[in-house]
Amino acid sequence: MKVTQGCFSFLPELTDDEIRLQVQYCIELGWAMAIEFTDDPHPRNPLWEMWDLPMFDIKDASAVVFEMNKCREAYPNHYIKVVGYDPSPHRQTTGLDFIVNRPAEEPGFRLDRTELNDRHIAYTVHAYAVDKPHGERYQANGSKGNGSK
Amino acid sequence: MTDAGSGSGRGFSIRSGSAPAPAAEENGADGGKETTDFGDELLPDDAQVDVQSEEAAVHTKEVLDRLDRELVGLVPVKQRIREIGDLLLVDRLRRRFGIESTRPTLHMSFTGSPGTGKTTVALRMAELLHRLGYLRKGHLVSVTRDDLVGQYIGHTAPKTKEVLKRAMGGVLFIDEAYYLYRQENERDYGQETIEILLQIMENERENLVVILAGYKDRMDQFFQSNPGMGSRIAHHINFPDYSLDELLQIALLMLEEQRYEFSPDAEKAFRDYLERRMQQPRFANARSVRNALERSRLRQAARIVANPSQKLNKGDLMRIEAEDILQSRVFDADEATKTNSTGDDPAAEPSWET
Repeated sequence: MKVTQGCFSFLPELTDDEIRLQVQYCIELGWAMAIEFTDDPHPRNPLWEMWDLPMFDIKDASAVVFEMNKCREAYPNHYIKVVGYDPSPHRQTTGLDFIVNRPAEEPGFRLDRTELNDRHIAYTVHAYAVDKPHGERYQANGSKGNGSK
Repeated sequence: MTDAGSGSGRGFSIRSGSAPAPAAEENGADGGKETTDFGDELLPDDAQVDVQSEEAAVHTKEVLDRLDRELVGLVPVKQRIREIGDLLLVDRLRRRFGIESTRPTLHMSFTGSPGTGKTTVALRMAELLHRLGYLRKGHLVSVTRDDLVGQYIGHTAPKTKEVLKRAMGGVLFIDEAYYLYRQENERDYGQETIEILLQIMENERENLVVILAGYKDRMDQFFQSNPGMGSRIAHHINFPDYSLDELLQIALLMLEEQRYEFSPDAEKAFRDYLERRMQQPRFANARSVRNALERSRLRQAARIVANPSQKLNKGDLMRIEAEDILQSRVFDADEATKTNSTGDDPAAEPSWET
Protein backbone atom coordinates (compact mmCIF):
# COMPACT_ATOMS: atom_id res chain seq x y z
CA MET A 1 0.00 0.00 0.00
CA LYS A 2 1.58 3.22 -1.16
CA VAL A 3 1.82 5.76 1.62
CA THR A 4 0.42 9.06 0.49
CA GLN A 5 1.68 11.94 2.56
CA GLY A 6 2.67 15.47 1.65
CA CYS A 7 2.48 16.96 -1.81
CA PHE A 8 2.49 15.07 -5.07
CA SER A 9 1.90 11.74 -3.37
CA PHE A 10 -0.87 10.76 -5.75
CA LEU A 11 1.37 11.42 -8.74
CA PRO A 12 3.93 9.03 -10.14
CA GLU A 13 7.27 9.33 -8.33
CA LEU A 14 9.13 12.50 -9.26
CA THR A 15 12.39 12.15 -11.11
CA ASP A 16 15.50 13.78 -9.70
CA ASP A 17 15.17 16.57 -12.23
CA GLU A 18 11.59 17.24 -11.24
CA ILE A 19 12.62 17.25 -7.60
CA ARG A 20 15.34 19.74 -8.40
CA LEU A 21 12.86 22.07 -10.05
CA GLN A 22 10.45 21.86 -7.12
CA VAL A 23 13.26 22.60 -4.70
CA GLN A 24 14.47 25.48 -6.82
CA TYR A 25 10.99 26.91 -6.66
CA CYS A 26 11.08 26.78 -2.85
CA ILE A 27 14.54 28.35 -2.72
CA GLU A 28 13.41 31.18 -4.91
CA LEU A 29 10.57 31.85 -2.49
CA GLY A 30 13.24 32.26 0.18
CA TRP A 31 12.46 29.05 2.02
CA ALA A 32 14.95 26.93 3.91
CA MET A 33 15.23 23.31 2.80
CA ALA A 34 15.63 20.21 4.91
CA ILE A 35 15.76 16.45 4.38
CA GLU A 36 13.99 14.15 6.84
CA PHE A 37 13.63 10.38 7.04
CA THR A 38 11.71 7.83 9.08
CA ASP A 39 10.67 4.22 9.25
CA ASP A 40 7.47 5.04 11.08
CA PRO A 41 5.17 6.37 8.40
CA HIS A 42 2.07 6.79 10.56
CA PRO A 43 0.18 9.83 9.27
CA ARG A 44 0.12 11.30 12.79
CA ASN A 45 3.88 11.05 13.15
CA PRO A 46 5.08 14.51 12.25
CA LEU A 47 8.49 14.09 13.84
CA TRP A 48 10.74 12.53 11.29
CA GLU A 49 14.45 12.42 11.88
CA MET A 50 16.59 15.16 10.42
CA TRP A 51 19.20 14.32 7.85
CA ASP A 52 22.00 16.76 8.52
CA LEU A 53 21.06 20.33 9.24
CA PRO A 54 18.46 22.35 7.42
CA MET A 55 19.96 24.26 4.54
CA PHE A 56 19.70 28.01 4.79
CA ASP A 57 21.26 30.49 2.40
CA ILE A 58 21.58 28.07 -0.47
CA LYS A 59 21.11 29.45 -3.95
CA ASP A 60 20.81 26.34 -6.02
CA ALA A 61 18.80 23.17 -5.66
CA SER A 62 21.75 20.95 -6.51
CA ALA A 63 22.83 21.13 -2.88
CA VAL A 64 19.52 19.63 -1.79
CA VAL A 65 19.63 16.94 -4.47
CA PHE A 66 23.15 16.15 -3.33
CA GLU A 67 22.08 15.68 0.30
CA MET A 68 18.98 13.77 -0.74
CA ASN A 69 21.10 11.27 -2.63
CA LYS A 70 23.41 10.93 0.36
CA CYS A 71 20.41 10.16 2.51
CA ARG A 72 19.07 7.64 0.00
CA GLU A 73 22.42 5.92 0.07
CA ALA A 74 22.39 5.72 3.84
CA TYR A 75 18.70 4.77 4.21
CA PRO A 76 17.56 3.09 1.00
CA ASN A 77 14.62 1.45 2.77
CA HIS A 78 13.27 4.41 4.67
CA TYR A 79 10.80 7.07 3.82
CA ILE A 80 12.64 10.27 2.94
CA LYS A 81 11.04 13.61 2.40
CA VAL A 82 12.19 17.00 1.28
CA VAL A 83 10.81 19.83 3.37
CA GLY A 84 10.58 23.48 2.46
CA TYR A 85 10.24 25.72 5.50
CA ASP A 86 8.66 29.10 4.98
CA PRO A 87 10.21 31.50 7.52
CA SER A 88 8.00 34.49 6.71
CA PRO A 89 6.57 36.05 9.90
CA HIS A 90 2.98 35.12 9.23
CA ARG A 91 3.70 31.56 8.40
CA GLN A 92 6.81 30.10 10.03
CA THR A 93 5.92 26.58 9.12
CA THR A 94 6.39 23.93 6.49
CA GLY A 95 5.43 25.36 3.14
CA LEU A 96 5.87 22.24 1.10
CA ASP A 97 7.00 18.71 1.74
CA PHE A 98 7.02 15.63 -0.41
CA ILE A 99 8.27 12.08 -0.23
CA VAL A 100 11.28 11.36 -2.41
CA ASN A 101 12.12 7.83 -1.29
CA ARG A 102 10.06 4.92 -0.03
CA PRO A 103 10.70 1.29 0.83
CA ALA A 104 10.21 -1.27 -1.92
CA GLU A 105 7.62 -3.12 0.15
CA GLU A 106 5.05 -1.12 2.00
CA PRO A 107 2.91 -3.49 4.07
CA GLY A 108 0.42 -0.77 4.94
CA PHE A 109 -1.85 -0.28 7.94
CA ARG A 110 -4.52 -2.12 9.80
CA LEU A 111 -7.44 -0.66 11.69
CA ASP A 112 -7.63 -1.54 15.40
CA ARG A 113 -11.01 -1.27 17.06
CA THR A 114 -11.17 -0.83 20.79
CA GLU A 115 -14.45 -1.45 22.57
CA LEU A 116 -15.35 1.33 24.98
CA ASN A 117 -18.28 1.72 27.30
CA ASP A 118 -21.75 1.97 25.87
CA ARG A 119 -20.77 0.14 22.69
CA HIS A 120 -18.56 3.05 21.61
CA ILE A 121 -15.63 2.06 19.47
CA ALA A 122 -12.26 3.82 19.23
CA TYR A 123 -10.28 3.35 16.06
CA THR A 124 -6.51 3.28 15.74
CA VAL A 125 -4.43 3.11 12.59
CA HIS A 126 -1.58 0.70 13.12
CA ALA A 127 1.31 0.35 10.69
CA TYR A 128 2.38 -3.26 10.26
CA ALA A 129 5.95 -2.11 9.89
CA VAL A 130 6.17 -0.78 13.43
CA ASP A 131 5.66 -4.24 14.91
CA LYS A 132 9.37 -4.66 14.42
CA PRO A 133 11.86 -2.62 16.39
CA HIS A 134 13.17 0.61 15.07
CA GLY A 135 15.85 0.03 12.46
CA GLU A 136 14.67 -3.45 11.43
CA ARG A 137 11.56 -2.38 9.63
CA TYR A 138 11.06 -2.70 5.89
CA GLN A 139 13.73 -5.29 5.37
CA ALA A 140 11.74 -8.50 5.86
CA ASN A 141 12.42 -10.17 2.52
CA GLY A 142 15.82 -8.63 2.13
CA SER A 143 14.62 -6.47 -0.69
CA LYS A 144 16.90 -3.59 -1.50
CA GLY A 145 14.18 -1.30 -2.51
CA ASN A 146 14.46 2.24 -3.57
CA GLY A 147 10.97 3.14 -4.55
CA SER A 148 11.63 6.25 -6.48
CA LYS A 149 14.32 4.94 -8.74
CA MET B 1 32.81 35.33 4.54
CA THR B 2 31.26 37.51 1.97
CA ASP B 3 28.88 36.82 -0.78
CA ALA B 4 29.62 38.48 -4.01
CA GLY B 5 27.16 41.28 -3.58
CA SER B 6 28.51 42.68 -0.38
CA GLY B 7 31.64 43.97 -2.07
CA SER B 8 34.40 41.98 -0.49
CA GLY B 9 36.68 44.91 -0.96
CA ARG B 10 39.40 43.19 -2.87
CA GLY B 11 40.58 43.72 -6.39
CA PHE B 12 39.76 46.98 -7.99
CA SER B 13 36.78 46.37 -10.13
CA ILE B 14 35.01 49.42 -11.29
CA ARG B 15 31.68 47.82 -10.70
CA SER B 16 31.92 44.89 -8.39
CA GLY B 17 28.31 43.94 -7.92
CA SER B 18 27.33 40.31 -7.88
CA ALA B 19 27.02 38.61 -11.19
CA PRO B 20 23.63 39.74 -12.41
CA ALA B 21 21.21 37.29 -13.83
CA PRO B 22 21.34 37.25 -17.60
CA ALA B 23 19.86 40.34 -19.10
CA ALA B 24 16.18 40.14 -19.51
CA GLU B 25 16.10 41.29 -23.10
CA GLU B 26 14.75 38.67 -25.38
CA ASN B 27 17.69 38.07 -27.57
CA GLY B 28 17.47 34.62 -28.94
CA ALA B 29 15.63 31.68 -27.55
CA ASP B 30 18.25 30.74 -25.01
CA GLY B 31 18.62 34.26 -23.72
CA GLY B 32 18.00 34.44 -20.02
CA LYS B 33 17.55 30.77 -19.36
CA GLU B 34 18.44 29.50 -15.95
CA THR B 35 19.08 25.92 -16.82
CA THR B 36 21.70 24.35 -18.97
CA ASP B 37 19.34 22.75 -21.42
CA PHE B 38 18.26 24.05 -24.76
CA GLY B 39 14.77 22.79 -24.78
CA ASP B 40 14.26 19.25 -25.87
CA GLU B 41 14.77 19.28 -29.58
CA LEU B 42 18.19 18.57 -30.97
CA LEU B 43 19.17 20.11 -34.24
CA PRO B 44 19.19 17.81 -37.26
CA ASP B 45 22.58 16.74 -38.55
CA ASP B 46 22.44 18.97 -41.59
CA ALA B 47 21.46 22.11 -39.68
CA GLN B 48 23.84 25.02 -39.56
CA VAL B 49 24.81 27.17 -36.64
CA ASP B 50 27.24 30.01 -36.25
CA VAL B 51 29.23 31.26 -33.35
CA GLN B 52 28.12 34.82 -33.76
CA SER B 53 24.44 34.23 -33.14
CA GLU B 54 25.15 31.81 -30.33
CA GLU B 55 27.39 34.37 -28.70
CA ALA B 56 24.68 36.98 -29.07
CA ALA B 57 22.17 34.63 -27.52
CA VAL B 58 24.15 34.11 -24.35
CA HIS B 59 25.62 37.63 -24.08
CA THR B 60 29.12 36.39 -23.38
CA LYS B 61 30.78 38.96 -25.55
CA GLU B 62 29.41 41.63 -23.30
CA VAL B 63 31.03 40.05 -20.25
CA LEU B 64 34.35 39.62 -21.99
CA ASP B 65 34.30 43.15 -23.32
CA ARG B 66 33.54 44.48 -19.88
CA LEU B 67 36.45 42.47 -18.57
CA ASP B 68 38.66 44.10 -21.17
CA ARG B 69 37.37 47.55 -20.48
CA GLU B 70 37.38 47.53 -16.74
CA LEU B 71 40.45 45.51 -15.98
CA VAL B 72 43.70 47.09 -16.98
CA GLY B 73 46.57 44.87 -18.08
CA LEU B 74 46.35 41.19 -17.12
CA VAL B 75 46.87 40.09 -20.70
CA PRO B 76 47.63 36.40 -20.00
CA VAL B 77 44.62 36.17 -17.71
CA LYS B 78 42.23 37.63 -20.23
CA GLN B 79 43.70 35.38 -22.88
CA ARG B 80 43.00 32.28 -20.82
CA ILE B 81 39.49 33.37 -19.93
CA ARG B 82 38.73 33.96 -23.58
CA GLU B 83 39.98 30.48 -24.34
CA ILE B 84 37.75 28.98 -21.70
CA GLY B 85 34.85 31.01 -23.03
CA ASP B 86 35.51 29.76 -26.54
CA LEU B 87 35.68 26.16 -25.41
CA LEU B 88 32.37 26.39 -23.60
CA LEU B 89 30.76 28.14 -26.53
CA VAL B 90 31.82 25.40 -28.93
CA ASP B 91 30.71 22.86 -26.36
CA ARG B 92 27.30 24.48 -26.36
CA LEU B 93 27.07 24.30 -30.12
CA ARG B 94 28.11 20.65 -30.05
CA ARG B 95 25.46 19.82 -27.52
CA ARG B 96 22.81 21.36 -29.73
CA PHE B 97 23.59 18.66 -32.24
CA GLY B 98 23.62 16.09 -29.52
CA ILE B 99 27.35 15.44 -29.70
CA GLU B 100 28.16 14.17 -26.25
CA SER B 101 31.37 15.01 -24.55
CA THR B 102 32.33 15.06 -20.92
CA ARG B 103 31.90 18.37 -19.23
CA PRO B 104 35.20 20.18 -19.05
CA THR B 105 36.68 20.52 -15.58
CA LEU B 106 36.79 24.16 -14.69
CA HIS B 107 38.33 24.26 -11.25
CA MET B 108 40.99 26.95 -11.28
CA SER B 109 43.80 28.35 -9.28
CA PHE B 110 44.53 32.06 -9.39
CA THR B 111 47.99 32.96 -8.22
CA GLY B 112 49.50 36.39 -7.99
CA SER B 113 50.53 39.21 -5.71
CA PRO B 114 47.98 41.03 -3.59
CA GLY B 115 45.78 43.47 -5.42
CA THR B 116 46.19 42.00 -8.87
CA GLY B 117 42.47 41.48 -9.34
CA LYS B 118 42.01 37.81 -8.51
CA THR B 119 38.68 38.29 -6.77
CA THR B 120 37.39 40.60 -9.46
CA VAL B 121 38.26 38.16 -12.19
CA ALA B 122 36.61 35.37 -10.21
CA LEU B 123 33.41 37.42 -10.12
CA ARG B 124 33.51 37.88 -13.87
CA MET B 125 34.29 34.23 -14.32
CA ALA B 126 31.18 33.26 -12.37
CA GLU B 127 29.08 35.50 -14.54
CA LEU B 128 30.64 34.16 -17.71
CA LEU B 129 30.14 30.53 -16.74
CA HIS B 130 26.56 31.27 -15.83
CA ARG B 131 25.83 32.86 -19.18
CA LEU B 132 27.39 29.97 -21.00
CA GLY B 133 25.07 27.65 -19.16
CA TYR B 134 27.85 25.92 -17.29
CA LEU B 135 26.64 27.09 -13.90
CA ARG B 136 23.01 27.33 -12.98
CA LYS B 137 23.24 30.39 -10.73
CA GLY B 138 26.60 32.05 -11.16
CA HIS B 139 27.00 33.57 -7.71
CA LEU B 140 30.36 33.83 -6.02
CA VAL B 141 30.89 32.65 -2.46
CA SER B 142 34.17 34.00 -1.20
CA VAL B 143 35.66 32.22 1.83
CA THR B 144 38.92 31.84 3.68
CA ARG B 145 40.29 29.15 5.93
CA ASP B 146 38.22 30.31 8.91
CA ASP B 147 34.97 29.63 7.10
CA LEU B 148 35.92 26.10 6.19
CA VAL B 149 38.03 24.68 8.98
CA GLY B 150 36.51 23.90 12.35
CA GLN B 151 37.99 24.33 15.78
CA TYR B 152 37.41 20.96 17.34
CA ILE B 153 36.98 17.36 16.26
CA GLY B 154 33.81 16.88 14.28
CA HIS B 155 33.35 20.55 13.59
CA THR B 156 35.13 20.74 10.27
CA ALA B 157 33.08 18.45 8.05
CA PRO B 158 29.68 20.08 8.63
CA LYS B 159 31.24 23.51 8.38
CA THR B 160 32.94 22.78 5.08
CA LYS B 161 29.88 21.06 3.69
CA GLU B 162 27.63 23.93 4.59
CA VAL B 163 29.85 26.34 2.71
CA LEU B 164 30.05 23.99 -0.25
CA LYS B 165 26.29 23.68 -0.35
CA ARG B 166 25.87 27.41 -0.29
CA ALA B 167 28.24 27.70 -3.22
CA MET B 168 26.59 25.02 -5.32
CA GLY B 169 25.32 26.32 -8.61
CA GLY B 170 28.01 28.98 -8.49
CA VAL B 171 31.67 29.54 -7.80
CA LEU B 172 33.45 28.87 -4.52
CA PHE B 173 36.36 31.25 -4.19
CA ILE B 174 38.85 30.20 -1.53
CA ASP B 175 41.15 33.08 -0.76
CA GLU B 176 44.62 32.36 0.61
CA ALA B 177 43.92 28.70 -0.02
CA TYR B 178 47.40 27.61 1.04
CA TYR B 179 46.43 28.23 4.67
CA LEU B 180 44.24 25.14 4.43
CA TYR B 181 47.31 23.00 4.68
CA ARG B 182 49.57 23.47 7.67
CA GLN B 183 52.69 21.48 7.20
CA GLU B 184 53.92 21.94 10.71
CA ASN B 185 50.84 20.45 12.33
CA GLU B 186 49.84 16.96 11.29
CA ARG B 187 46.60 17.02 13.19
CA ASP B 188 45.46 20.26 11.73
CA TYR B 189 41.80 20.10 10.71
CA GLY B 190 42.64 21.75 7.39
CA GLN B 191 43.52 18.35 6.00
CA GLU B 192 39.94 17.21 6.56
CA THR B 193 38.66 20.21 4.62
CA ILE B 194 41.00 19.41 1.76
CA GLU B 195 39.72 15.85 1.61
CA ILE B 196 36.09 16.92 1.50
CA LEU B 197 36.92 19.55 -1.10
CA LEU B 198 38.66 17.01 -3.29
CA GLN B 199 35.74 14.65 -3.12
CA ILE B 200 33.17 17.30 -3.97
CA MET B 201 35.35 18.81 -6.68
CA GLU B 202 35.41 15.42 -8.34
CA ASN B 203 31.80 14.34 -7.84
CA GLU B 204 29.91 17.59 -8.13
CA ARG B 205 31.75 18.97 -11.11
CA GLU B 206 28.61 20.09 -12.88
CA ASN B 207 27.29 22.00 -9.88
CA LEU B 208 30.32 23.73 -8.51
CA VAL B 209 33.45 25.47 -9.71
CA VAL B 210 36.17 25.92 -7.13
CA ILE B 211 38.73 28.68 -7.51
CA LEU B 212 41.73 28.65 -5.20
CA ALA B 213 43.61 31.89 -4.87
CA GLY B 214 46.83 32.91 -3.22
CA TYR B 215 50.39 34.05 -3.62
CA LYS B 216 52.31 32.21 -6.29
CA ASP B 217 55.12 30.66 -4.29
CA ARG B 218 52.96 29.55 -1.40
CA MET B 219 50.32 28.09 -3.71
CA ASP B 220 53.02 26.16 -5.56
CA GLN B 221 54.12 24.77 -2.25
CA PHE B 222 50.52 23.94 -1.39
CA PHE B 223 50.02 21.98 -4.60
CA GLN B 224 53.27 20.19 -4.05
CA SER B 225 52.11 19.01 -0.65
CA ASN B 226 48.66 18.12 -2.03
CA PRO B 227 49.21 16.55 -5.43
CA GLY B 228 45.60 15.43 -5.59
CA MET B 229 44.50 19.03 -5.45
CA GLY B 230 46.92 20.19 -8.11
CA SER B 231 45.87 17.50 -10.55
CA ARG B 232 42.18 18.22 -10.15
CA ILE B 233 42.66 21.79 -11.16
CA ALA B 234 42.75 22.23 -14.88
CA HIS B 235 43.57 25.88 -15.08
CA HIS B 236 46.45 27.41 -13.21
CA ILE B 237 46.34 31.10 -14.00
CA ASN B 238 49.03 33.47 -12.85
CA PHE B 239 48.25 37.14 -12.39
CA PRO B 240 51.28 39.27 -13.24
CA ASP B 241 52.13 42.43 -11.30
CA TYR B 242 51.06 45.69 -12.86
CA SER B 243 53.48 48.03 -14.52
CA LEU B 244 53.69 51.67 -13.53
CA ASP B 245 51.61 52.79 -16.51
CA GLU B 246 48.94 50.23 -15.76
CA LEU B 247 48.74 51.33 -12.15
CA LEU B 248 48.31 54.91 -13.25
CA GLN B 249 45.57 53.88 -15.61
CA ILE B 250 43.86 52.00 -12.78
CA ALA B 251 44.09 55.12 -10.62
CA LEU B 252 42.44 57.20 -13.33
CA LEU B 253 39.66 54.64 -13.69
CA MET B 254 39.06 54.64 -9.96
CA LEU B 255 38.95 58.42 -9.82
CA GLU B 256 36.52 58.55 -12.67
CA GLU B 257 34.27 56.12 -10.86
CA GLN B 258 34.29 58.26 -7.74
CA ARG B 259 33.84 61.46 -9.75
CA TYR B 260 37.20 62.98 -8.90
CA GLU B 261 39.96 64.12 -11.20
CA PHE B 262 43.68 64.85 -11.03
CA SER B 263 45.02 68.23 -11.96
CA PRO B 264 47.87 67.82 -14.49
CA ASP B 265 50.40 68.41 -11.71
CA ALA B 266 48.70 65.92 -9.47
CA GLU B 267 48.90 63.27 -12.15
CA LYS B 268 52.64 63.79 -12.37
CA ALA B 269 52.92 63.73 -8.60
CA PHE B 270 50.92 60.53 -8.40
CA ARG B 271 53.15 58.89 -10.95
CA ASP B 272 56.09 59.92 -8.83
CA TYR B 273 54.34 58.57 -5.76
CA LEU B 274 53.70 55.22 -7.39
CA GLU B 275 57.29 54.92 -8.50
CA ARG B 276 58.45 55.35 -4.92
CA ARG B 277 55.71 53.26 -3.40
CA MET B 278 56.41 50.32 -5.69
CA GLN B 279 59.93 50.09 -4.28
CA GLN B 280 58.64 49.80 -0.74
CA PRO B 281 57.63 46.63 1.02
CA ARG B 282 54.00 45.56 1.22
CA PHE B 283 53.08 47.11 -2.06
CA ALA B 284 49.70 45.64 -2.94
CA ASN B 285 49.25 46.77 -6.52
CA ALA B 286 45.75 48.09 -7.21
CA ARG B 287 44.80 47.95 -3.57
CA SER B 288 47.64 50.30 -2.66
CA VAL B 289 46.52 52.60 -5.43
CA ARG B 290 43.04 52.68 -4.01
CA ASN B 291 44.30 53.36 -0.51
CA ALA B 292 46.52 56.14 -1.78
CA LEU B 293 43.58 57.72 -3.53
CA GLU B 294 41.46 57.45 -0.41
CA ARG B 295 44.08 59.33 1.54
CA SER B 296 44.36 61.98 -1.17
CA ARG B 297 40.66 62.50 -0.81
CA LEU B 298 41.10 63.02 2.91
CA ARG B 299 43.83 65.58 2.31
CA GLN B 300 41.80 67.32 -0.34
CA ALA B 301 38.89 67.61 2.09
CA ALA B 302 41.18 68.91 4.82
CA ARG B 303 42.65 71.49 2.44
CA ILE B 304 39.22 72.74 1.46
CA VAL B 305 37.90 72.89 5.01
CA ALA B 306 41.04 74.69 6.20
CA ASN B 307 40.02 77.65 4.10
CA PRO B 308 36.34 78.05 4.90
CA SER B 309 35.76 81.46 3.38
CA GLN B 310 36.98 80.45 -0.06
CA LYS B 311 34.38 80.33 -2.82
CA LEU B 312 34.30 76.93 -4.48
CA ASN B 313 32.96 75.71 -7.76
CA LYS B 314 32.18 72.21 -8.93
CA GLY B 315 35.64 71.71 -10.37
CA ASP B 316 37.30 72.63 -7.09
CA LEU B 317 35.40 69.92 -5.30
CA MET B 318 36.30 67.32 -7.87
CA ARG B 319 39.94 68.18 -8.36
CA ILE B 320 42.79 66.59 -6.47
CA GLU B 321 45.84 68.82 -6.51
CA ALA B 322 49.49 67.86 -6.46
CA GLU B 323 49.85 69.02 -2.85
CA ASP B 324 47.23 66.46 -1.76
CA ILE B 325 49.54 63.76 -2.98
CA LEU B 326 52.91 65.24 -2.15
CA GLN B 327 52.06 65.29 1.55
CA SER B 328 52.25 61.51 1.55
CA ARG B 329 54.74 59.92 3.87
CA VAL B 330 56.21 58.02 0.95
CA PHE B 331 58.02 61.18 0.02
CA ASP B 332 59.36 61.62 3.57
CA ALA B 333 60.35 58.00 3.78
CA ASP B 334 62.43 58.65 0.75
CA GLU B 335 64.30 61.34 2.64
CA ALA B 336 64.52 59.09 5.65
CA THR B 337 66.25 56.33 3.75
CA LYS B 338 68.95 58.78 2.77
CA THR B 339 69.74 59.68 6.35
CA ASN B 340 68.85 56.43 8.02
CA SER B 341 70.40 53.58 6.11
CA THR B 342 67.91 50.98 7.33
CA GLY B 343 65.02 53.12 6.20
CA ASP B 344 63.06 51.45 8.95
CA ASP B 345 62.34 54.15 11.44
CA PRO B 346 60.69 52.45 14.42
CA ALA B 347 58.92 55.66 15.31
CA ALA B 348 57.30 55.86 11.91
CA GLU B 349 53.90 54.37 11.47
CA PRO B 350 53.69 51.12 9.54
CA SER B 351 54.45 51.69 5.90
CA TRP B 352 51.09 50.52 4.62
CA GLU B 353 49.81 53.77 6.06
CA THR B 354 51.81 55.93 3.72
